[in-house]
Amino acid sequence: MHVPDGFLDAPTSVATGVVAVAGVGLALRGARRELDDRAAPMVGLVAAFVFAAQMVNFPVGAGTSGHLMGGALAAVLVGPWSAILCLSVVLLVQGLLMADGGITAIGTNITLLGLVAVAVGWGVFVLLRAVLPSRPSMVAPAAAVGALVSVPVAALVFTGLFAVGGTAPVALGDVATAMVGWHSLIGIGEAVVTGLVVASVLAARPDLVHGARPLLADARLEIRTASGRPTTTPQA
Amino acid sequence: MGAGHGHGAGRSLHHPGRSRVHRAPAHLKVVALVTFMLVVVATPRGASWAPVAYAAYGACVLAVVLAARVPVLFVVRRMVVELPFVVFAVLVPFVATGPRTEVLGLTVSEPGLVAAGHLLAKGTIGVAAALTMASTTTARELLGGLERLRMPALLVEIMGFMLRYVDVVTGEWSRMLVAMRSRGCDPRSPRHWGTLARGLGALFIRSYERGERVHLAMLSRGYDVGRAR
Repeated sequence: MHVPDGFLDAPTSVATGVVAVAGVGLALRGARRELDDRAAPMVGLVAAFVFAAQMVNFPVGAGTSGHLMGGALAAVLVGPWSAILCLSVVLLVQGLLMADGGITAIGTNITLLGLVAVAVGWGVFVLLRAVLPSRPSMVAPAAAVGALVSVPVAALVFTGLFAVGGTAPVALGDVATAMVGWHSLIGIGEAVVTGLVVASVLAARPDLVHGARPLLADARLEIRTASGRPTTTPQA
Repeated sequence: MGAGHGHGAGRSLHHPGRSRVHRAPAHLKVVALVTFMLVVVATPRGASWAPVAYAAYGACVLAVVLAARVPVLFVVRRMVVELPFVVFAVLVPFVATGPRTEVLGLTVSEPGLVAAGHLLAKGTIGVAAALTMASTTTARELLGGLERLRMPALLVEIMGFMLRYVDVVTGEWSRMLVAMRSRGCDPRSPRHWGTLARGLGALFIRSYERGERVHLAMLSRGYDVGRAR
């Protein structure tokens, strides 16, 4: 869903650019809190991971395919601020070095796929985490629902932008129906892949899943004897 | 990712050269590209001179490509990234509102047809201009340019790490895909999404741990946060 040049008029493109700069500025401050001095190498490597993950195509139907956007996935894995930085850097590189997504639309793309998708995905995830029983096994389904919601919401925000600065005389209802309908389908693929990836990371390295940290806080090292009965639990 | 080995999953668009366009400072190229595209996008839809303007923009891009001594075919062949967008633009006249007109026996919307023409022109010029930028600028030059344009240092550093390791990570991923395929897994089929997702999970853990190792290696070589670079 990379918006190309000429899709939205110049004022709208500039306005979304300003929104993107403000959002990335906030994220830069937030990411320092999430990752302290490790921020640069960690976010850089996770951005490379998001870039690789975006190469995964899944069939949507009618012979076309969507690819993972990774907003919700990155938010749950490394935290929302770092996720915004990851997605923004990936979109900048794709726009400037790969001609993927328009030059004047870089701000729009960062706003939609970086800010909106990450914020919605993370928001829904946190909400579900608070409502669902606080068990680590609930993290992956919550992440999947976050991803499921984030994609059509980003499409809806795009429809809003189109209403303000669209350049084609298509009825707004048609745009909304087509965009949200289509992206709900993509959202299902995104949700399945996001949930499965989070579950697999959770199984191998639960400490790396940022969104699961509050639920893992009271996990203690337990040393069991050969009979299977736990001995005294050492304090960390 | 220097000039010689930037083959990120076969997607490197750089065409090495020593022309004036190649040697121009990257920050000027970024500013020129963004300004140029803003002008292109701001071309009004109603104006009768718009086709002339688009031809002029196209001639500008072509002139820069020729001055850079990048083969025109090199750029044209890579313009296929535009294809999904072209499909959309072709659909616009059929779904747009307004009075109908007949083209090749099909009833389409007249303003939709005009809008589709504008979309195609702007989108095509955008892709061609971005490709010209990408084929004449290495990742390292671009980073330096963005830094001179006052992009926040942390963001420049993150982008630097991403560009440096993107080939490593995508290479790792394509080797994992080869391994999956050789075991009878079809990564495109929803039946194998489980395998695919476990692979992606493993790729995330490997990337994250690589990041930790890189960070430790930097610290052991005297990296000081805040006084970076």
